This record gives sequence, structure tokens and C-alpha cells, in this order.
Amino acid sequence: MKFYFPHTEQEILEMLKVIGLKSLEELFQQIPSSLRAKDRLKLPEGAPEPEVEMELSRLSQKNQPCSELACFAGGGVYNHYVPKAVDYLLLRSEFSTAYTPYQPEISQGTLQAIFEFQTMVCELTGMEVANASMYDGGEAGAEAVLMALRVSDKDKGSILISNALHPHYQRVIDSYTSHLEYNKKIIPITSQGQLDLEALRKIDDGICLVVQHPNYLGALEQMDEIAKMVQEKDLILIVLVCEALSLAILEPPGKFGAGIVVGEAQSFGIHPGFGGPLLGFLASKMEWVRKMPGRIVGQTKDRDGRRGYVLTLATREQHIRRAKATSNICTNHSLMALSASIYLSLLGKLGLWNLARINLERADYLRKKIEASQLLKLKYPAPVFNEMVINLGIDGDKAIAELAKQGFLAGVSLKHHYPELADCLLTAVTELTREKEIDQLVENLEELVRREK
Amino acid sequence: MTENWNKRGNLPWPEPLVFEKSSPGHPGYQVVNENPKINPEVLIPEKLVRGKPAELPELGEPEVIRHYSRLSTWNYSVDHGFYPLGSCTMKYNPKLNEFNAMLSGFSGLHPESAEELTQGMLELWYCLEKALAEICGMDAVTLQPCAGAQGELCGMLLCKAYFKDRGENRTKILLPDTAHGTNPASAALAGFEVVEVKTENGLLTPKQIQPYLNKDLAGVMLTNPNTLGLFEKHIKEISEMVHSAGGLVYMDGANLNALLGITKPGEMGVDVMQMNLHKTFSTPHGGGGPGSGPVAVKKILEPYLPAPRVNKKGEKFCLECSFVKSIGRLSAWYGNVLVWVKAFSYILRMGRDGLKKVSELSALNANYLREKLRRYYHIPYPEFCMHECVLSDKGFPNEITTMEIAKRLMDYGFHPPTIYFPLVVHGALMIEPTETESKARLDEFITALVKIREEAEHNPELVKTSPHHTPVAKLDEVLAARHPVLRWKKEEKG
Repeated sequence: MKFYFPHTEQEILEMLKVIGLKSLEELFQQIPSSLRAKDRLKLPEGAPEPEVEMELSRLSQKNQPCSELACFAGGGVYNHYVPKAVDYLLLRSEFSTAYTPYQPEISQGTLQAIFEFQTMVCELTGMEVANASMYDGGEAGAEAVLMALRVSDKDKGSILISNALHPHYQRVIDSYTSHLEYNKKIIPITSQGQLDLEALRKIDDGICLVVQHPNYLGALEQMDEIAKMVQEKDLILIVLVCEALSLAILEPPGKFGAGIVVGEAQSFGIHPGFGGPLLGFLASKMEWVRKMPGRIVGQTKDRDGRRGYVLTLATREQHIRRAKATSNICTNHSLMALSASIYLSLLGKLGLWNLARINLERADYLRKKIEASQLLKLKYPAPVFNEMVINLGIDGDKAIAELAKQGFLAGVSLKHHYPELADCLLTAVTELTREKEIDQLVENLEELVRREK
Repeated sequence: MTENWNKRGNLPWPEPLVFEKSSPGHPGYQVVNENPKINPEVLIPEKLVRGKPAELPELGEPEVIRHYSRLSTWNYSVDHGFYPLGSCTMKYNPKLNEFNAMLSGFSGLHPESAEELTQGMLELWYCLEKALAEICGMDAVTLQPCAGAQGELCGMLLCKAYFKDRGENRTKILLPDTAHGTNPASAALAGFEVVEVKTENGLLTPKQIQPYLNKDLAGVMLTNPNTLGLFEKHIKEISEMVHSAGGLVYMDGANLNALLGITKPGEMGVDVMQMNLHKTFSTPHGGGGPGSGPVAVKKILEPYLPAPRVNKKGEKFCLECSFVKSIGRLSAWYGNVLVWVKAFSYILRMGRDGLKKVSELSALNANYLREKLRRYYHIPYPEFCMHECVLSDKGFPNEITTMEIAKRLMDYGFHPPTIYFPLVVHGALMIEPTETESKARLDEFITALVKIREEAEHNPELVKTSPHHTPVAKLDEVLAARHPVLRWKKEEKG
């Protein structure tokens, strides 16, 4: 038989006989005949494997991936290298074809790996507890806001959001909170490219503050000042990290009084994949653990006293609490969490620290190039990790289109979200960016600017 | 045979936590052949620099591969054997799809790449939406939701936006008592009030809906076939009643595997539904994701779909962002794209007749199990089922419970079914075999369940203390919740 069915025709007949039916059609007798499909689906006939492979290959070849271009695009998805060991292990069907580990005795592999992941997230964020994963940085951000509202004893007030929070994430937060009766206030950014602390000082009804660090425009925030202000204003600080590799070198948000740390961990061994699947993470203080969304794995013992792991604190979750659950999340991004765990184990303490430093140095190289340029300018003077805004003085979209023809993914356009930055480009580097490519990017941008101005 | 093999015992492969395997000072995997030269404090303010590197494991590639390979052997998976979790559709995951999703033109594509660089991706997106709309009999599809539950939330937000647009304040969503937990959670997350409605003989009936047909009614949310494996045969009539009261009909498509080419939700009066690509369309579950939960709608809800949306203009595919009535975004980008690639690959491979066969054989397998087991297990709803059937522990000897039956099944080499769900059946065992299980595998499973019934009678202690052959014995879940240990700490070493 074609496809993936194991039955022989003879077996089908035998099984029908056991059931007491004559045909497969009769299996659906509970469906009213008026609802039964009269026509076949308007889809092509099934194709053999080589043909499907060819068709997918045709579609794939009509795209230009990061590997075929000099990639300077970031803005939440970064062109870091994915070690082959990660791809290889991810194909192990023991991990990939298992379900959520509801039966712990035969799911210890997944459960221990998640427990390790939770530990790594705690180490990197400086928090006490982390969950098993969220979908992506955007949804993690939205869930963090909802969690802060549950934790807070204020029953009205405003959700404060930095305008240098990833614009897509801002929209996801909007979708998740649109029906709630809280105000939302956007805190502007200064000419330094950082959160405007004076604007924040003037707001008295805040419940929580969402700050991205490094922020969407690449700048590192003044975390120590923010920490002070948050304490003064009695705000729950949510720190969102879009470039997780920065956590390897930056003082962890937990050190700056963050109540919840969330973000996107695509940088840890996950392919860009046109934006998905990615990996959201969420970490918090232990005292708030029962307000957290998502799966959590805990350590326990088996009947004979052996160490083992189970999904725990389930009374927060939808399958127990139903409409009163902390979140509706069920399937999360377990396999992506496994990617991150493998990646972090591979690089390890020193490997990750060094990789972050190399990213930092690449960015410094680009920064110095821009500073030396007569035609290009850095938009903001604030320190950065591996991403920055370049002021071109010409339309950013135009520059991206022109450089694409020259084999560059020059950066991310800002004009749709920040009209005032229409003549700028958000440009990221990684360990894969060669100095030669940086030289060439700057040269080509300069030439374009010269021509266009 | 299983029993004999077990008597030989498994190779003991204990594996500590990855942190406990560290060799301090190991340099780790190096991506590039260079060492950093500048002190971080020179480039960024000292107060923002980490005092010390994060405490990650230090062991290097060979040991990492070994660690995760060994851990993997402690998992049970579809590729190991029968995994009949009800309403989870644990079917075989074709390997072709995995390789297709790994093509660099998909996996290496940056989401901010311009349309000119992503034409193949956008074409796949466009074609997959069209195929899913055809399968469901709906008008438009969004692929943005990352999982079934996010699809449900998306659907509820669409309903919310629809009523807001019409200036109506409708607050109540009706749910049958058989609903999956994510349904009430998603409706509540979207700001609706959830009203649970009792089913009659496992089905939602017009009579039960009747009292709620008023100006407060936002809609009804039902799963079809439902979690008892029964087709909600009054759905058309219920839809008409809800519609004439001004409400909308949401269908949870988690069980769509039973309906492919057999019937279309669109014909039943459904206005909005989610599908689970990781169930019906064969993409692997990944030990708990990533999934993908596309939402299909009728024309009336299309203006509210999440943005951006894909479109075709002439021969060119493009992304459109400006939809004034859109509920906005649910994902950082477009959704779980690489999961779409696998599902699309599956649809091409199966085609119209293959998909129909999926539903036929899934119903054949479920009914075969139901028929073969009825002499040994209580079957609360004795009529024909669709793709899954529900048994219970009612009347089992020596007070052996569903939990114990489930644990004992592991000793026979099977993953247990979904247990204690749906809530309307006390001690439920919800079995979804899927179409990719052979008669031989089903017979083995039946034999195991029959044997467990015998053991319950003659050797209850054996069942109560199971599992006996798993890497760990029964784990203490109460201890885990009472004394939460949720991360490893260095001082606990040794």
C-alpha cells in the first residue's frame, strides 16, 4: 500500500469483520449524511517521495538564506553558527517523536534535559526558577506581563513598556492584553538610544515595566539606574532579552532587581527558520513560582529512592485549573529548549563567554568603521553588544534593496515602527561576520549614500 | 516475547546531570578559530559586565553527544512503539519531512529578508493556507499560531474583535463538559466568561444550548469529533441556533484526523477553528513542541486575522501588513515556519485520497480496539467511535485503578493512553491508535490490556507496584510538588 499505512487489504477486511461492518465507509455512520463530503478534496493526488523532495527543493532554492549572503540582519533573530552536533542530536527520534512527558517513568530523557535547561536559564538570567520554555520572545513577553499583573497587589494602573522593546513583541503584548482594563504607557527613548528615565520618573501609576536589554536598537540600558527607579516606584521589573548570547557577558538581570526575565534564545543553536520555531524562556523569583505560566520540571525520587524528574506544580495549568489557569499554554517549545541545552553544554562556561566577547569585538570593529566614516553615522552613542543603528541619511529600505543585489543582508528596516528612523538601518554582527565583510558593507553603503544624496 | 526480553534486563545506563559531568577549565566548543583580545570592560561599562562567567557545564563535544544520546535512551517515542495518547494523534512522522525542513533555503532564511529573497517560502505559505482551507471547507487561514492552544486563543480573539466591531458586548462562551482544558483557559485568556454545558450521552444537544441563546452569548466552542471519540452529530443544528442568536461557532480541530476528506467543518456551520499540524499533519511533537496551530475562518472573520498575511499578485508572492481590523500579532514573526514545511510536505505526499485513507484507517483501528476490548474493560459509550475510544477502570478487580493499568502497560512496552480524561468518564483511558499502527501492533496492545486485567484479578500486587522494567520506578509526584527542586545547584553535588 502507498503512503504510511501498515495494513494489508486482507487485514482491513478482517478488522471490519471483527467490528461487524462491511466497508470503511460504514465507520462514519454517526455523521449525518447531509454532512458527508460529496466530492473528493480539491488537492493533487499523492506524490511519491522523490517528487515531493524535488518540489520542496524547488521552493527552497527560490529563497536566499543567510548562508548565501553576508548577513547583517538581526533584530531578534541572529545569524549565529549552529554546531552540527546540535542538528545531529535533534534528529534522535527518542527526543523528537515523543510527546509532552506526561508519563515520567518513560520520559526521563526529556525531563532531565528540561531540568538542565531550567538550570541553565537560571544561571544566565540570575533568577531562581525558570520554566520549560515558551513559544518565542514575543509570547514570553506577553505572558510575563500577564504574570506581573497576577503577582502585583495593585488592581489598577499602567503597564509600562519601553519603546525600545522589539516592535513585534509590543504587538504581541497588545494582542494578549487588549481586553484587560489596564492602561498601557510607552516610555520613550532618549537621544542616547536608551530608556528615558526622566519620562519614567513622571509616571506614578505603573504596575510593571518591560525593558529590553540590550534594547531593540542595540543599546545597553542603564540597568543600575533602572533598578533604582523600579524600587522607588514599586514596579515589577520585567527584563526582556532578545539576543540571549549577551547574557553570557552582561551582568544578569537578576542582579538588577528583575522580578521576571524573559526572552528569545534563538541564538543558542536554533536556525533562523524564517522566524520559527524559536525559543521563548521565562524565569522568575521562587516566591512567584505558583503564578508562572507553562510547564515546570522538578526533581523527585522513585519508589526505590532513585533520583528522577517529573512535570510539577501542575495546579497552575489548564488541564487542572481550566478557565482559572495561569496560562493556556500546553504544547510549548521543548525540542528548541533541547537545542539550547545542547548548544550551551557544547560551548560551556568558557566557550560561551569567549563567543560573546568575540561578538562584542566584531561590533566594536563595525562601530569604529562607522565612526571613521565621513558619510555614515552612528545614531546613538550608548554602548552596544552586537547590534547598532547606523544613520545613512537615505531611505533604509532602499539601502537594503540595493545591497541585497550586491549579496548583503544589510540590516533591518526601522521605518515601519519608528518613522523617525526611516533613514537608518539596524545592523547586527555575529562571530560569523568576517572583518572583510564589514569593510565591504561600509564601503558599499558609503558608495550608495554618495550616489543617492 | 516482551516478558522474556525483560528478564534479560536492560543495560544500565545511568547518566548524571550534565553539570555533574563537568571538567572545570575545559575550553568548550569553539565556533571560530580565534581568541578574544579586548577586555569587555573596555567596550562596555564595567557595572554592566558579568562578575564571572555563567556556571554552564564544561565537557566538550564527545561527552556532550554521549550525554544526550544516553538521556535519549530513557525516552519512549513514536519511533519506539505504540503511543496511543488520546486526542494527541501520535502518528508516524515521515522522515522525508524532516529533511525537507532542513533545506537551507528554509532553515537558513532570516525573517527580515525582503520578498525578493523569499519567494519560495511565501509560495509554500500561500499554498499551505489554501490546502488547509480546502480540507476544512473554510475561506481563509492564518498559520501564525505556534501551537493548538495559541490557535484557540487566536480564534477567541477573532470572535472578540468581531463583536467589538459590531458594537456588541457578548461575554459568554459555552463549552461542553468534555472539552480539553486549553479550551476554557483560552476563552478566559481572551476575556470571555466560560459556561460549562452538560452533555447528553456524550454529545452536546440543542436542548442544552437553548437556555443560553440570548444577547450575552458570544458563541460555542466544541471539539469535533469530541474527546470521547464521538461525532457531534447535532453540530449543524446547534450552529444554526447559535447563529440566529447572534453568536459564533468555534471548533477545536485537535481531532481533525478523523475528518479528512470525510466531512468539512465549514459545512457544519463552523465559523472559526484551529488545526494542530503536529497532530493531524504528522509533524513530530518534539517531547512537547514545537507545534503549529493554524486557524481557519469564514469570510466574516477574515478581516480580523493576525498580520502579516501572504498574498499573490500576478506571479509574485508578497506580505501584506495593513489590516485595520486585524487582532495584531501572536508571534514574534510569522509562526512556526519549519513546522509548516513538514506539514506541507506531508500533504503533497498523501494527496487527496491518501488523506481520506488516514481518517478511514484511524477510525478502523479505533473501532477494532474498542470491539476487541469490550469484554475486558468498561466502555461507557458503546456506539461506534471515530478515531479514538474511551475505556474506564470501572468494575476492575481488586480496586486496580486507571493509573496502575497505565503504569503496568509500560512493562509491556507500550506508552499508556491519555488517562483520567475526559473528565466526564471516571477513570478514563482514552485511546487514539492513529492510522499508522498495524493490526499486529494493535493485537499486541490488546493482549497486554487483557493480561493486565487477568493480573489485576490474580496478582494485583504486581500491577500496583508497576512499572517494573522502566529506567526508574514509579516517581513520587507529590514529593516533587510539596518540596519543589526546580534547578540543579552546585552544593548538591555528590
